[in-house]
Amino acid sequence: MKLNRRQLLASAVTVSAALSAPAVLGQGRPRVVVVGGGAGGATAARYIAKDSGGAIDVTLVDSSKAYYSCFFSNLYIGGFRDFDSIGHSYGALASDYGINVVHDWAVGVDPDARTVALAGGGSLSYDRLVLSPGIDFKSGSVPGWDLSAQNQMPHAYKAGSQTQLLKAQVEAMPEGGVYCMVPPTNPFRCPPGPYERISMVAHVLKQKNPTAKILIVDPKQKFSKQALFEDGWKRHYPGMVERIWPEFGDRQIEVRPDSMEVVVDGEATKVDVCNVIPAQKAGRIAEVAGITNEAGWAPVVPHTMQSRMDENIHVLGDASQQGDMPKSGFSANSQAKVCAMAIRGALSGSDVFPARFSNTCWSLIETDDGVKVGATYKATDEKIAKIDGFISQVGETAELRKATYEESLGWYEGISADMFG
Amino acid sequence: MKHKRSRATVKAETRHPDRVRRGILLAASALALTVFTAAGAWGADAKRGAELYQQCKRCHQAGQGAGHRVGPHLNGIFGRRAGSATDFTYSRALRDAGANGLVWDERTLDAFLASPATVAPQTRMSFGGMPTADDRADLLAWLRTFSGSLADAPAAQPTMTAAEFGLDPEILRVPGNPQYGAYLASECTTCHRSDGVDAGIPSITSWPVDDFVITLQAYKNGKRVHPAMQMIAARLSDEEIASLAAYFRNLNNQP
Repeated sequence: MKLNRRQLLASAVTVSAALSAPAVLGQGRPRVVVVGGGAGGATAARYIAKDSGGAIDVTLVDSSKAYYSCFFSNLYIGGFRDFDSIGHSYGALASDYGINVVHDWAVGVDPDARTVALAGGGSLSYDRLVLSPGIDFKSGSVPGWDLSAQNQMPHAYKAGSQTQLLKAQVEAMPEGGVYCMVPPTNPFRCPPGPYERISMVAHVLKQKNPTAKILIVDPKQKFSKQALFEDGWKRHYPGMVERIWPEFGDRQIEVRPDSMEVVVDGEATKVDVCNVIPAQKAGRIAEVAGITNEAGWAPVVPHTMQSRMDENIHVLGDASQQGDMPKSGFSANSQAKVCAMAIRGALSGSDVFPARFSNTCWSLIETDDGVKVGATYKATDEKIAKIDGFISQVGETAELRKATYEESLGWYEGISADMFG
Repeated sequence: MKHKRSRATVKAETRHPDRVRRGILLAASALALTVFTAAGAWGADAKRGAELYQQCKRCHQAGQGAGHRVGPHLNGIFGRRAGSATDFTYSRALRDAGANGLVWDERTLDAFLASPATVAPQTRMSFGGMPTADDRADLLAWLRTFSGSLADAPAAQPTMTAAEFGLDPEILRVPGNPQYGAYLASECTTCHRSDGVDAGIPSITSWPVDDFVITLQAYKNGKRVHPAMQMIAARLSDEEIASLAAYFRNLNNQP
């Protein structure tokens, strides 16, 4: 539902007032502040604004003016999408839904005063706070790597300039060179993501640099859609991809960004590109708000996505620890709608229905060779619990794989419209 | 005069139902001769067009008793202004195109079939296009047979029926709650766009309620195959399916 012109004008006035004097307002409409404008946050903001018809004041805080989606960023690396096609603006959320979009960093949360502090000096008060900050990296998880090394050894696990850098490095590899990836330990954002990336890098190298090699130094034995990826690599990129993993106990993995070396159990290998994806935790603002556990994630109540530590704060997507759902954009989008319904119910008395969740993740292995995995979930008191699922099978027809890929293109348009209007 | 002859053929065959199919083909061939003579499209094969039409009939009916389904019926499509069939809720794209003067004829239908999204960007028609000119000519030759008098048209297969899926007709009478449907629909709109645009995943807005229910029930009962849709439909109750159908039927697609 869209606001009519009068409602829009009214909300525009409120927005400018809220920006100049946030503390004065608040007696009227209940206020929701959403931090993080990705699949969780943008969706939650849009659904709360849309379905409350302007009865709830919604502010969305994100430091970026343009959102580049992690999903499909691998397809950009593979040359299947251009960079602009994974970029989105918050324009319609502001103009069509009356959401107050603030480009700033949220740097503090006062849970008692119910305010969010902004890096620019402002403060936003809330009745409900939604945190959807995505991930940050655990320091020290890959010895030798920290954020200061991200230009030599990109992670490219937050889409944007890092993705562009990695693509450029892959394309500039010397003939017969080595691309190395160090994937993260569990749990991490987008479980098939690193392995779809391997496929996309292989796709590029097969055309431009067919004698080049790909080395995966994996800290874990198993990974998502493993049989599908390994079958695909064998069929499309024979002899190109080598993966080593800990067969017995832990492998000692270390990287040396200055000399571009990867060290496994004391043995150093020189590589040309090194894509280090470190272990992960909830985005920093969750930790600042004091709602994360020892593992670094924010536990939530499945029925409402409320933090188990602060009932006025909801946590969505990658940052949350909710149970069986994978950390994916689809999951965050699904959780956001449950959260939006719960918040509207609490603040404006609208109907609340039982929570239901679903997820599907598509991956591209090679041109027109798409695979997918999906599941449905329900809320139990303990966790978000899986009900039922499906996964693509090895040996499917080329037509089905092509249809699966084309479906993923449709999904991308669908979720983009669902997030940004 | 060919027209008249085909009409006689159909009438005669109606009295012998077991031979209707053959009669239709005969009638269609006779008409096709007229069509490509008139249009100058030598080689257009209405019989082949009837086979090609199989991919359209899930959404469009044509022939005696044809009505609107997911898409409008196609009787009398030749000469009809775009977006103008009564009692059908068109996308804004097609309404605007009609208002701007688009009238369906051999040339405009050919262009539309080649690439619906080119002629009417944001049409809800979930069809990527028919790239081969001969296929389009054959299909149009066949469709043209329904653009004379309605009485001339042979009976067509309904697009989809409950009986086809062995569905208990009671299920079609289960009442839906559009408010509940609105919440349930948020699970659909991660993939299916609420503005009705088909960008690779079919549009599900403005469907006739029965078609919507039958389709989801067919997934739920495993009679229609798609792993994600079967999984989603599996946990929807009859009431929930009816609620979704009620919500999407009346979803306002206009900005």
